[in-house]
Amino acid sequence: MKKPAEFYQRDRRWHPPAYARDYKTSVARSPQYAAISLENSLSEITGPVFGHNDIDPIDNDLLSNFAAAGESPIGERIIVHGRVLDENARPVPNTLVEIWQANASGRYRHKKDTYLGALDPNFGGCGRTLTDEDGYYYFRTVKPGAYPWRNWVNDWRPAHIHFSIFGSGFAQRLITQLYFEGDPLIAKCPIVNTIPDPAAIDQLIAVLDMNATIPLDTIAYKFDIVLRGRRSTLFENRLEGN
Amino acid sequence: MKQRLEYLKETPSQTAGPYVHIGLAPGDAGFQIYNQELGRDIAGPNAKGERIRVEGLVIDGTGSPIKDVLLEVWQANADGIHAHPEQPGEVEEGFRGWGRVITDFETGEWGFDTVKPGSTPGRNGATQAPHINLWIVARGINLGLNTRLYFDDEESANAADPVINTIEWERRRQTLIATRTLRDGTPVYRFDIRIQGEDETVFFDI
Repeated sequence: MKKPAEFYQRDRRWHPPAYARDYKTSVARSPQYAAISLENSLSEITGPVFGHNDIDPIDNDLLSNFAAAGESPIGERIIVHGRVLDENARPVPNTLVEIWQANASGRYRHKKDTYLGALDPNFGGCGRTLTDEDGYYYFRTVKPGAYPWRNWVNDWRPAHIHFSIFGSGFAQRLITQLYFEGDPLIAKCPIVNTIPDPAAIDQLIAVLDMNATIPLDTIAYKFDIVLRGRRSTLFENRLEGN
Repeated sequence: MKQRLEYLKETPSQTAGPYVHIGLAPGDAGFQIYNQELGRDIAGPNAKGERIRVEGLVIDGTGSPIKDVLLEVWQANADGIHAHPEQPGEVEEGFRGWGRVITDFETGEWGFDTVKPGSTPGRNGATQAPHINLWIVARGINLGLNTRLYFDDEESANAADPVINTIEWERRRQTLIATRTLRDGTPVYRFDIRIQGEDETVFFDI
């Protein structure tokens, strides 16, 4: 019988390296020694399990989850939707997806953000949801604005949404960022460009999805996410004992 | 043309940035939005075993504490069982073994309360010493860092641990060992994580 075993080795050349000179904060925050490669044990193959008792249905609707009754945040109304898959192209069901973002003027609701862009009283800027049995998820939100940040003197982050995804095992844990098709700031961004392969950067660019828009209401972008896949062992490699 | 493999590529990582709290711990960003924030209670009220606290700093290559880190914790219960369907055995009601911790914005100190985990099954029939898996993200960290915390009062179990023994440099093994003290009768384990530089913590590619 086939049974799931270890996760495939992570392709570290596809991910950004720890040290990326042009993203200055990484310079003193990057380990210098090589990470020790570890074959998965139960400690890495297992991970937290979430259910519908952990979250509320409104949590995936950033248009309403912080707004006063009858109010809406300012900005371009968008749907962000897609599937969470693994490297075997199989859906990852019932997994927790969390997002956070700036508002339409590029301002975060965070006590450490002091950017000139105004806070929006009707926008919190975070959401969360569980994928369904097909690995599908969606959020409603506003398109975030670009904003300046201190790296070089004149750096601007492209519009982006932060994503946090779990999968079924702690080894799949991933945080990344979604960018929007057509944004000229993507190519200039030192954080985007920590990723060495242009094809990997493309994987972070959500595409306009006219078929998923709600006419006269909300425009849509599609963003699929791929987590590490797992081996299926035909031949026992004795992951857990004899 | 030869056949093609149809595997997908993993979505590449990007830094969590300085405002990770908004998404994963909004109360710490300064606002209330969810009925419950996740990861605030690791062991739950019914967990067996010794109640402990774990504290530390995350230190950068200049020797300074990092003040915008988010850590996630993953551990077994006192019997060595993870709250997950792929490990046989039951955990206590309310035991999740997973938690989220942020560093203090002023001092960089972090800490969490849990129970001390038991030994867990390792590969090929081996036993792993009690340990806590940690995952560290922050601004400037491009791909989350994985490490493990072991306990200094588990000397013989640590000496036989297959993961610790994977580390060629015995001196570096010490970076994974938390040191126990008592505070008002509660065991407190100190675990400083050095991202870079002298005594850099061992990180794992899992």
